[in-house]
This record gives sequence, C-alpha cells and structure tokens, in this order.
Amino acid sequence: MKKSALMLALLGSTVMGAGLAHAEDVTLTIESWRNDDLSIWQEKIIPAFEAANPGIKVQFTPSAPAEYNAVLNSKLDAGSAGDLITCRPFDASLALYDKGQLADLSGLGAMANFSDVAKSAWQTDDGSATFCVPMASVIHGFIYNKDAFEELGIEAPATEAEFFAALDKIKEDGTYIPMAMGTNDQWEAATMGYNNVGPNYWKGEEGRLALIKGEQKLTDDQWIAPFRQLAKWKDYLGDGFEAQTYPDSQNLFTLGRAAVYPAGSWEISGFNTQADFAMGAFAPPVANGGDECYISDHTDIAIGMNAASENAEAAKTFLEWVGSAEFATLYANSLPGFFSLNSAQIEMEDPLAQEFVSWRQKCNSTIRSTYQILSRGTPNLENETWNASANVIKGTETPEAAAERLQSGLASWYDPQK
Amino acid sequence: MAMSGARQSLGRSAAAHAILITYTIIALFPVFVIVINSFKTRKAIFRTPLEMPDAESFSLIGYQTVLKQGDFLLYFQNSLVVTVVSLTLVLLFGAMAAFALSEYRFRGNSLMGLYLALGIMIPIRLGTVAILQLMVATGLVNTLTALVLVYTAQGLPLAVFILSEFMRGVSDDLKNAGRIDGLSEYRIFFRLVLPLVRPAMATVAVFTMIPIWNDLWFPLILASAEETKTVTLGAQVFIGQFVTDWNAVLSALSLAILPVLVLYLIFSRQLIRGITAGAVK
Amino acid sequence: MALGSYKRPVRWHIAVFLAPAVAIYTAIMILPLFGTLQLALFTTVDRELVFVGLDNFRTLFGDVRWSDSFWNALVNNTWFFIIHMLVQNPIGILLAALLSSPRLRMSAFYRTAIFIPTILSFVIVGFAWKLILSPIWGIAPGILDAVGLKSLFAPWLGKEEYALTTLALISVWQFVGIPMMLIYAALLSIPDEILEAAECDGLSGMAQFWKIKLPLILPSIGIISILTFVGNFNAFDLIYSAQGALAGPDFATDVLGTFLYRTFFGFQLQLGDPNMGSTIASAMFLIILVGVSIYLFGIQTRLRRYQF
Repeated sequence: MKKSALMLALLGSTVMGAGLAHAEDVTLTIESWRNDDLSIWQEKIIPAFEAANPGIKVQFTPSAPAEYNAVLNSKLDAGSAGDLITCRPFDASLALYDKGQLADLSGLGAMANFSDVAKSAWQTDDGSATFCVPMASVIHGFIYNKDAFEELGIEAPATEAEFFAALDKIKEDGTYIPMAMGTNDQWEAATMGYNNVGPNYWKGEEGRLALIKGEQKLTDDQWIAPFRQLAKWKDYLGDGFEAQTYPDSQNLFTLGRAAVYPAGSWEISGFNTQADFAMGAFAPPVANGGDECYISDHTDIAIGMNAASENAEAAKTFLEWVGSAEFATLYANSLPGFFSLNSAQIEMEDPLAQEFVSWRQKCNSTIRSTYQILSRGTPNLENETWNASANVIKGTETPEAAAERLQSGLASWYDPQK
Repeated sequence: MAMSGARQSLGRSAAAHAILITYTIIALFPVFVIVINSFKTRKAIFRTPLEMPDAESFSLIGYQTVLKQGDFLLYFQNSLVVTVVSLTLVLLFGAMAAFALSEYRFRGNSLMGLYLALGIMIPIRLGTVAILQLMVATGLVNTLTALVLVYTAQGLPLAVFILSEFMRGVSDDLKNAGRIDGLSEYRIFFRLVLPLVRPAMATVAVFTMIPIWNDLWFPLILASAEETKTVTLGAQVFIGQFVTDWNAVLSALSLAILPVLVLYLIFSRQLIRGITAGAVK
Repeated sequence: MALGSYKRPVRWHIAVFLAPAVAIYTAIMILPLFGTLQLALFTTVDRELVFVGLDNFRTLFGDVRWSDSFWNALVNNTWFFIIHMLVQNPIGILLAALLSSPRLRMSAFYRTAIFIPTILSFVIVGFAWKLILSPIWGIAPGILDAVGLKSLFAPWLGKEEYALTTLALISVWQFVGIPMMLIYAALLSIPDEILEAAECDGLSGMAQFWKIKLPLILPSIGIISILTFVGNFNAFDLIYSAQGALAGPDFATDVLGTFLYRTFFGFQLQLGDPNMGSTIASAMFLIILVGVSIYLFGIQTRLRRYQF
C-alpha cells in the first residue's frame, strides 16, 4: 500500500514535470553505441535537423559499444531509455521488438526509400513488420599503404596467390610488418578475418542461406576454407600479435609500420585523419583470376523508436528525416565508410570510400554469415566464431577442429542443422 | 657488542629502504609512463615511450583535444559531491549499526550481522534493473541523489563488517565507566567509542571512497546525462571516442588521475593521523 | 555484562542505531538483489516467467556447455585468489612491517606512494599495463632488453598459459596498498609496553615480529583474507577492461564475474539471459557465503582479541 501511494505521488510529480517540458520544446534523446561519432552528430547532423524542424531538440547520448546492449536493455526494462534507439542488426533488435520495446515503423513514409534487402536486418522473420529505419552498411576488404606498395613494386592483389606473394615480398623486405592484426580482442579475427575472406568460398548469399536452411554444414569444405586461409595469416602478423589489441593494429597501420590492414570500411574516416601516406583498398582476393567475387556488405546500423516514448510524433518526424536523401548524403559524407542504404543515388567525395563502394558493381554482396538467425541460441555462433577464428590464427586450434566445434555447437540448438 | 648492534641496525635499515624504494618504483612506474607520454607528440609516444618529453617531442595537443570536449570541471565537481556525501553517510550509518551489533546482546544479533554482511557477497550490479526501476519510479534518474543512495547501500555492508570487528576491541571498562557517570548510550557512542575507532573509520573511508570514485557502471545507467556525468564516466566516454588518439587518451587519463591523487594526498595525512591517534602510545 | 541480568525497558537506542543503515541497505541493495536472484528459479517462455524450480541449476551443472564454462571460471577464479593470498598479502605484511619500524625515515613518502595504485580506476590500470606489456610499443621488451633478458619476453596477456597469472599480478600491484594499510594500522596500535617488555626479554627484530607482533595482528590478517576472498570472487572490472567480456585468450582469463556478466547482460550478438545469469549469480553467492561462514563461525571466534 505504502509503496503504491509513494509511486502515485512520484508519478504525479514526473507527469507534471513532463507537462512543463511540453510547453517548451520537445527534446528527443538518441541511444547509440557510436561514441566515435559524437562530434559529427553534435556539429553536423543535429543542427541540420533542428534548423529544419523548429520546436524539436535532439540529444545524442552514446555509450561504449561493448556496454551498449547491457545499458540499453537495462534502461528499456526500467523505462528510462531515450526516445530513439540505434538498432543493432538482426536478433538483438528483433528481441527488443518482440518484447514490445521497439515500435513498429512499417507505416513510415520514408520506408519506401529502402529496398527489401536493406530492410531485412530490421524486420520480423516473415517480413511483416519493420521496426528500424536503415542507416548504413559497412563493406569489408583490405586497406593498404600505397606508398609502401609502390616502394616495393607490388600491385594490389586480385587473387589469393597474388595476395600471399605480396605478403611474402613485404616480409622478405622487412621494412614493414606485412599485415596489422592482433587476436587480443578476438572480434577482428572473425569480423575482419573470417567474414571478410569467407564469402568468396561459400559464395555469398548462396552459402549463407543454405547454412540457415540446413543444406550446408560448417564442416563443409567451403566453410573450413576461410579458416585454412586464416591459419596462414599467422606468419605475416607482427611479433606478439597474440597480445595486440584493435587500437594497436590501427596505430601500427596509420603510423606506417604495417603495409596491409584487414579492414571494415568504417575505418576510413579515422585513417584519413591519422595516416600521412596514400592509402588504397582491395577486395578480398578470389581463388583464381576471373572467379566471381563476393563481398561482405553488411547492414550494420539503423535507428528505431522506443515504444514507450512520450514524444512519438516528434520521434517519427525525426525518423522520416533519417529516411530522406538529405540525411543519407549528410551521413555518408560526414562518415565516409558508412554507406547509405537509401535507394537514392548518394554522391560521395572520399576516394577510399568510392573504391570500397565500387565493389558493389563488380562483386556480389552478402552479409556476415553468423548474424541472421544462427546466433539466436546458446552457444552463440557469432561469439564462438570470434574465439575460433582467433584460435585458428594463433595456431592453437586446427581449421578442421574449429569448424567441427562450431558445427556441433550450432547443431545443439538449431533444428535445421541437427 | 654495541658497535655490532648499531652496524646491524644500520644494515637492516638500508635493506628496508632498498625494499621500499624498489616497491615504490614499481608502484609509480605505470603512472609515470602515462603522465610523461601525455605531454609528447603521437610519433614520440610510439617511438620512444620511456623518454621524457624534450623540446622536439613536447606537445599539448592531447590536452587541447580533451579540454575542447566535455566539461571536466563539472564532471569533477559531480564526482566530488557524490563521493563525499556517500562517504559521510556510509561512515555515520555504518558506525551506528556496527556499534549496535558489537555492543549489545539482543535476540537476532548474529543474524542481523550476517544479514548486513550479505551485501559483501553479491555484486550490487546484479540488482541493476530493479534499482533502475526504483529510481525511475521515484523520479531520481539522472540525479546525483540516485548515485548517493546506491553507493551508500553498497558501502554499508563492508563498513559494518570492519567497524564492528574493531569496536569489539574497544575496552568494556571505558564504556561501563561512562555508563556509571550517567552518559546516555548515544553519548557513549559519539563521545567515547567513535574517537577510539578513528583508525578503522579512516580505513573504511579509503575502502569506500575508491570504488565510488572509480565506478563506471551506475553513472552510466543511472546518471549518464551531461549535467550529472562523473569524471570516470566522462573519461571512459572520451576514451571510447578517441580510442586511437593516444595523445587524447593519455591526457584524459592524466586528468582523471590528478584530482583523485590530490584528494588522496590531502586525505592521506588525515588517514595516518587517524591511525596513529587511535593507537594508544 | 553489567546490563544483562535485570529486567530493563525496551532498548530503543539499538533500533535507532540500526535503523538508517538497515533501511537504506534493504531498500536499495537487498530487495533488488533478491528480486534478481529469484529469477534463477524461473525461465522465460514467450515473455512469460515460468517457475521451473532447480532446472536452471541442473542446466548449469549438468549441461556440458554450461558446466565447462562454469568450472573453467571457478578454477581460474581460485587461481586468481591463490595468487593474491600468496603474493599480495605477504608483500602487504612485509611492507607494513618495514614501514612501522619506529626510526624509519621517509616512511610517510613510501606509505603514500605505495598506496597510489589502489586509488586508480580499472580503466587507467588496464590501459597502463596493456601499454607497458604491449609487444609493439616496447616498454616491457625494451626494459628486458636493457638488462639482457629480452628472450624472457612474451606477449603475456595474449598467451593462454600466462594471461591469467599476469592479470592476477596486475591486480596485486593495484591492491597491495590495502593489506599494507590495514596491517600497518594494526601494528601501530600494539602498545609500546608490550614491545618494551619483549625487548627486556631479549626479543627484537625478526624474532619479535614472529613471536609478539604477528599473533597480535592475526585478527587483521583474518579480515584481509576474507576481504581478499570476497573481492576476488567478485572480480570483474580489471579483466573486463583488459581482455573484454569474452575474457580471452580462449577464455583463459574467464572468472565467475565475467561469465556472469556475459550471461546476464548478453554480449555482442549473445542476448542477455537473466534467468541463467541469476543462476550463476546464485551459485557465486553460495560459494562466497560458504567462505564467509567458515571465516565468521570457524576462524573469527577462535582468534584471540586484544582490547586496547
């Protein structure tokens, strides 16, 4: 009794507080894990929106990527989360929608600006409801030090043989560490390793969907092959790569000490400011010259609405704007390497970003194999893949054993794979 | 005999100094590395991490980046308010409860002792969702009060545990003499017992202060608004944002170390004075 | 006890002394925590909580996928604790004993300096040591090189066989100030008369420490041991900030705290599972409860107390 009376009194006071705020501007709060982009939101994106929509103020309140899910879920459960929620792709956001915490946005006009593929990462399995407005995808490949390649007389490799020949040559010369990657943080091994070079082996969407349907297994050759390539990487990484962290690798490359960096396109803007040499990029090499190529063009980030938001109208106004070509142009150019998912043709100025996006024309796009459906259970396939890829690179687990372990883990809970 | 005794004690004190100096260097070395590198250019940090900044490698670029972003002075003020208020409440309420447990025999005494000790055994972080719900219901989200309440609750179990241990050591004769003089139980506590357990209070203060000052989790969940950000959270957000900009990261770390260091240096005198005053010499 | 024998009025002061602490502690800590722990007896089916009794515990200990992780974390945690007991506490006692010798110069300086790591946040400690031990930026390899021991260097934090011990030693580095301060306070509160009497009996130096001082500071050593135990079995922050929630390499540094965090809050694509998370938390709670009970009822009551 006492508790509910207290709650009532306090509820009264918060409602009154909210009423007061209404008389003035509406303030929308955005939850996000992109703390790297804080200044871009504050200086470019939010002012552009506020200028066009007087009466709505926007606050961007990011938390660190590693804590984002935990923080967001706690805030949503307790009812203190912001009005706008930055959406992780697939199951993390789907779970929030299923719990009734993300609003259904299928009726939003701006949704017409996105293809079905773009929306697929933020839809229910049957595609009947879309709950986040797609913002951007990221493309995997390799960024290289152009000056170093010229100095050593190496061309950007197109096939696997050329790729390893180039690495051998860099190693032989000794001026540069051939490749900047470490296994301390584990995720690079899976994201920039396995899912970067893998699509060429499992033929992109074909293999990914077959795995989901249970027609292929992780122990099939096309799924072990990427691990076999990773196992060869070990010889080209720097001394002590086992303890090398993600920022270590970034610094190694931008300080000009390493020649090749297995990358995600999101690195572009940071590398542009920190590296004082020319950079180029090449797509994951194919087995034989002239083979069909596949790239990971991963739908990575979107934005949705907290179903409990008291400012639903203003939030929808903001989301419509996020779905517009104006936002797409602003975002893609402020953050080169985050490629707009908007169907409108977006002009990008950054040459490196142009190089990455040009692969969409000549290669087939797919997304990371572990993201859709396959990481729903325990053990979690994506997290297991981090661990397995790191082990394979270090040589503490053979490619076959790693694949075996992933398959048995997946089969333990995923019916089509049993 | 006397000669060899003096030589022996000289040797012993030289050995003592040698051990202490070695350990002091080990203790301070990482802090030293962070601070000197925060004053260097990016290239110099990576090329010669152990050298002092010189005319060529000296750079304040990191500090400029830090000071442009975020209001570290405000963050510092928030941290200070939260830490000092929580600390005061923990010490006062903790000492009172510890006194009740150690001084009086009553039914359920040891049960109450165990109850109050439960909190040391489970990380309070687990209660996050319920705590957050409580703060939302009471409208305390994004206030420093929410943090103070959580830290007070978090600090109490350990404070009661340590203080009751020490209070059992306070002589009964002294308290009984006070009772014969007609002092109330409250006076006995505040006038006789509290001054005697000052060293323990100082110890508890240090124990309580450190996790509060350095906590990242509850500021993130309960009070992540710009106006209520604490220094640790501010530094963490900053590190996340500039993770490859080591000039900025090292400067932010140096700035986060500095205030707590100054606070500790001031507090350290009190701490030692408390310890030595408590010892009957 | 003077107050014990005759009938007395209700002793309200006891309630007054206890009330504020018990009220805040119960409302903000105990109720939320038990609200969480009881989730261990439930499972979530279609967003509804269903009571399953001890099934979650059966999964945790019976299903190899869970129990392997649990035992791995428990073994790692025990090793973490052993290192603290064997390294941190003896060093702490040694430093305190040196500092408390009466004619030592600069003791205030040492005391202050050695305690400094303890006041630093895990963010700073994790970052600083990763920087120093980094195979790339060369502080540790550089120093070893300078003394001709370069071959001893390894990327310790990245190797399964060294990572946990390295982290435990970093933690020891950070927290050695706590046993040092507690023992120092205990040593200072030993009355001079006792020490003078000992010297009259010809006991000084090491002998005096072992025969007189050590028995008198045993209660403090007891407290330190139990605090170390509780602190170590709740450890999380240092490992999380140095190695991430997956506690690499290959779970070599996974302790109960990181295992719990991953399970309860989820990590990356792994969704949080409050029910299994609470099950792990309950298991941790029981482990710590048993340890603390052994101390409270088995050891503490036997320690002779010295009243000052």
